[in-house]
Amino acid sequence: MSGPETAGPAFPPAIRISGLRKHYGSVHAVDGIDLEVRRGEFFGLLGPNGAGKSTLINIMAGLARADEGSVSVLGHDVVTDYRKARRALGVVPQEIVFDPFFTVREVLALQAGYFGLGGESEAWREELLSALMLVEKGDANMRSLSGGMKRRVLIAQALVHRPEVVVLDEPTAGVDVELRQLLWVFIRRLQKEGHTILLTTHYLEEAELLCDRIAIVSSGRIIALDSKENLLSRNFHQTLCITLSADSAPVPATLLAKALSVAGNRLEFRLKKGVDATMEILEELKLSGAKIADLHTQQTDLEDVFLELTRRPMS
Amino acid sequence: MNWRGWYTLLYKELLRFYKVALQTIGAPIITALLYLLVFSHVLASNVQALPGVTYGHFLIPGLMMMSLIQNAFANSSSSIIQSKVTGNLIFILMTPLSSAEFLLAFVVASIVRGFLVAAGIYVMALFFMKLPLVHPLVALLFAVLAGGALGSLGVIAGIWADKFDQMAGFQNFIIMPLSFLSGVFYSIHSLPPVWAKVSHFNPFFYMIDGFRYGFFGVSDVAPWTSLVAALLFLALTTAVALGMVVRGYKLRS
Repeated sequence: MSGPETAGPAFPPAIRISGLRKHYGSVHAVDGIDLEVRRGEFFGLLGPNGAGKSTLINIMAGLARADEGSVSVLGHDVVTDYRKARRALGVVPQEIVFDPFFTVREVLALQAGYFGLGGESEAWREELLSALMLVEKGDANMRSLSGGMKRRVLIAQALVHRPEVVVLDEPTAGVDVELRQLLWVFIRRLQKEGHTILLTTHYLEEAELLCDRIAIVSSGRIIALDSKENLLSRNFHQTLCITLSADSAPVPATLLAKALSVAGNRLEFRLKKGVDATMEILEELKLSGAKIADLHTQQTDLEDVFLELTRRPMS
Repeated sequence: MNWRGWYTLLYKELLRFYKVALQTIGAPIITALLYLLVFSHVLASNVQALPGVTYGHFLIPGLMMMSLIQNAFANSSSSIIQSKVTGNLIFILMTPLSSAEFLLAFVVASIVRGFLVAAGIYVMALFFMKLPLVHPLVALLFAVLAGGALGSLGVIAGIWADKFDQMAGFQNFIIMPLSFLSGVFYSIHSLPPVWAKVSHFNPFFYMIDGFRYGFFGVSDVAPWTSLVAALLFLALTTAVALGMVVRGYKLRS
């Protein structure tokens, strides 16, 4: 398998979420989410803390129960057909949790056993240890591992039964740059091998680098769902950066008031697309006698889009 | 039925206490032998045991069953609360194990640990005195029933408790008094009538009395009465524990 497949009766989507609601007291952690993740795609789920991402994942994994709606994994409902749904799903939790009684190899063998796998999965377990650079620590007790190693064991645990759908809940939180790169390479490899990946992350550059489609969640609702390219092309704002030459006339106060920042002879203007005109600023500068030494615009990245969307009042 | 999954969880629970066998098996055996040493010497001439049974002999099955009860409870309860507090219980909850498989694995592991402790006490006691075993299957049946009931009760306590303090409370204010006041160290016929009557409301009394019947062929109450009481207690604890697991009480938010 490679590349996203279209959904159909014979090929249900990797994940289908319909009318999902979950509340804790007066807090609506998930407030009516409908979502389909296609088979084979790398899907990003972004949102500020408390947006409902982890609740959504917990419902998928069977760790939380929805008040309304349904979730299915490869067409298997996570409540009524939970055995098949859980066999199809591997979840890497956000928190580093481990059983202090066991070694890394024991943990993986036990985890495989829960899914009905015995010795036949040993080769795959060793492959996971190798791919995640854990071979040398295979017989070490979990307590003796560093945080980064424990994180890698969590990933191996989630993959030990070869699930088609892999959910990674902030897998690179708090890990060093080297390990992050290793995990990125590994996760990409999984997708190329046909796994569907659902990633939540706080590192927006990570989502920008890896994901095909992205949903942005806020207050338990999806406020944006699109391909990464389309999200980036929304381009709500752009930044106009102007550097004045040394012999430039002073910038009029009216223009300075509009600037996002002024540092020496460098001015930055944050312009809203379709509302603020670049030419007006340049015209005003020209009339004041200011001389422009350099001029460029900065492109929108996912962080801008994310901030713009999550700051907006809900419609 | 996910047999391999169930067996793996059972194996994990067995491996868990095997890795700390000194604490989980060795220590309770030594504690029981110390009780035997002290009480059999101090109380031998003062406590009325069963007809034709010396106090030292009377004491051993009681100590075996008390240790079985306490260790079967400790096994499932400590495993679940530790997994809850450290958070690694999710690795079991996310698997294709059913609620019944989940419960049964914890209960069987509790029975095994309780049985090993009781068997250890029996073997060690043989060094000091010759102990009859008139109805071994009856003794085994009561050991399984008690281990199962306390394993289920341990699951209930492990799920209910949010912190180790609450678990210690459950153990010290419920399990310990009920097991100490169940006729381990005395026959209820030696108690004042009121306290003898109160003992009949203690399910542990029937487990110990039925177990003792397996050794000596005599008991405080009829063995069938003890069997029915032990079965009812097992059914009650198992039903409550299963209900909690099925509903996901304090397990699945």
